[in-house]
Amino acid sequence: MLEFAFKGSNKYYAWIVALLGIIGIGAGFYFWQLVFGLGITGMSRDVSWGFYIAQFTFLVGVAASAVMLVIPYYLHNYKAFGKITVLGEFLAVSSVLMCILFIFVDLGQPMRVLNVILHPTPNSMLFWDMIVLNGYLFLNIIIGWKVLEAERNGVHAPSWVKPLIYLSVPWAVSIHTVTAFLYCGLPGRGFWLTAILAPRFLSSAFAAGPSLLILLCLFVRRISKFDPGREQIQSLSKIVTYAIILNVFFLLCEVFVAVYSNIPEHMDHLKYLFFGLHGHNALVPWMWTSMALMLLAIVLLVIPATRQHEGILTVACLAVFAGTWIDKGLGMIAGGFVPNPLHHVNEYVPTFPEIMIAVGIYATGFLVLTAFYKMAITVKEEVA
Amino acid sequence: MESRRSFLKIAGISALGAGMHPTLNAFASGGSDEGSKAVVKRNKEALTAVRWGMVIDTRKFHSEKDLEPIIKACDKIHNIPEFENKDHEIKWIWGEEFKHAFPEKDSEFLPDKVHHISFPVLCNHCENPPCVRACPTKATFKREDGIVLMDFHRCIGCRFCMAACPYGSRSFNFRDPRPFIPEDNKNQEFPTRMKGVVEKCNFCAERLAVGKLPACVEASNGAIAFGDLDDPASDVRKLLSANYTIQRKQALGTEPSVFYIV
Repeated sequence: MLEFAFKGSNKYYAWIVALLGIIGIGAGFYFWQLVFGLGITGMSRDVSWGFYIAQFTFLVGVAASAVMLVIPYYLHNYKAFGKITVLGEFLAVSSVLMCILFIFVDLGQPMRVLNVILHPTPNSMLFWDMIVLNGYLFLNIIIGWKVLEAERNGVHAPSWVKPLIYLSVPWAVSIHTVTAFLYCGLPGRGFWLTAILAPRFLSSAFAAGPSLLILLCLFVRRISKFDPGREQIQSLSKIVTYAIILNVFFLLCEVFVAVYSNIPEHMDHLKYLFFGLHGHNALVPWMWTSMALMLLAIVLLVIPATRQHEGILTVACLAVFAGTWIDKGLGMIAGGFVPNPLHHVNEYVPTFPEIMIAVGIYATGFLVLTAFYKMAITVKEEVA
Repeated sequence: MESRRSFLKIAGISALGAGMHPTLNAFASGGSDEGSKAVVKRNKEALTAVRWGMVIDTRKFHSEKDLEPIIKACDKIHNIPEFENKDHEIKWIWGEEFKHAFPEKDSEFLPDKVHHISFPVLCNHCENPPCVRACPTKATFKREDGIVLMDFHRCIGCRFCMAACPYGSRSFNFRDPRPFIPEDNKNQEFPTRMKGVVEKCNFCAERLAVGKLPACVEASNGAIAFGDLDDPASDVRKLLSANYTIQRKQALGTEPSVFYIV
């Protein structure tokens, strides 16, 4: 099937070449970082994780799209999703791959990365994150590939795939949970020290992932003969609706606890994010934009008439994706480090090379996504 | 290579000093039996303890100037680089105002002096170190004598320990530190670090191993006491029983080994 990814129109080739070009530029900047050190980023002694780790955190969420299709299809026998489950799984593959790359480029000594396996340390959440991320990557490659191959050959997928599919459900939950545990188990980081962090990650994941999937489905319908289906897209949009409402609800729960309890260690991070602290307010416009986007999305998604209109649905999905991206990909990590545990306010802003490396990784993810989707779509067109 | 060997030797010798085992895994005292075991002879001069601790008598500091010789002694002995860019700073021991050193204990009604002097802060060598819990490679580990150490050669630079430390005691080498170590300040007996690894105060484990007290203690004119928290007859225990002391962020359950008399 892989051969389908190598055959395409001129537009397809142009897109691949463009992605390769961006990857090349990102790789160039990464080489610079490798030579100089992480000093080329905006990170500091006080904000020791930045854009890379934030993207990793956000993309773990995007990988969730798969499970939101797998549960209805395989556990509730909702047949309509059978058509697009593989799109969710391949989106998960490329997202998890980007997650792993983002962790890798964040390492100060990347050539020593195997130390995590050579000296396994179960008390470190990062050790478990390595296991769940790699596991989820392989589960989705195997499942997606085998099911698609069976579809192409007009047969049932081999029976050993079923247990893997069931396993992928709790496994999807685990990648978000373990990723939240990276942050929420740290003493002295009041912003993250909340039991609701993992549920919050899950809710924003189930909003961001399926909303991207809707956008991809609409795009696939436009550029190919394969139609993911109106019913499928509408079902997905209901999942996004519930998830984005839950996400905002959880956020408001956090705000209530921090503000009503009036405990500075918890409240000051929110103050910094939404109002600025001691004159530092780089993230304030972003956070309010995020809130506005998520609230707009809720309005557009809750009203049946607007949700059912695919043009408006597109706007709503873009709003969900951008809103949750700002919330998790910008605010979540920097917000936890500012103010620092000694209550100094030292802000973080990503640098140009840092952003270019991140763009290079996104391009890598899109390249993998493109290849897998090309494969899936060609098979779908064949069997249709 | 030479610096690695001597580091292991030092780590091994001082761990031995704790008198727990005849031979000891020099890499990870708290971890499993993995890798090769370094067999080293015990230095007869080595200072040993069950749990090393420090008592800082801040009544003996009157201005920021009083901290300078202490910080300088540490910087010199440990090859600490001097960076223009504050974001990349490496700090093992430094001064903080009361409201930053003890953010949850500050009040506007404290004596003026408390608000004016600078409090020395450093790694607390916690009894329950969150950094050790977080490290995915055991590159940072707690020795039998309570000292929390770093293996600069194992650290992958993930900085999880920096997020985990509630005291901001850890620094990351955002760039190669070697060109920024003042020429006249180089100490050939202690390893320099490379870019991409985390570092912090090591309670002068390398000095204890050869019978010397930590550099900051020596330079403090008696303001900083160092000794075995487990020994009721030690200087630190005498100070602790005679004075009311505070620890940084005690509520977090990390159990710092550094105490302050205010």
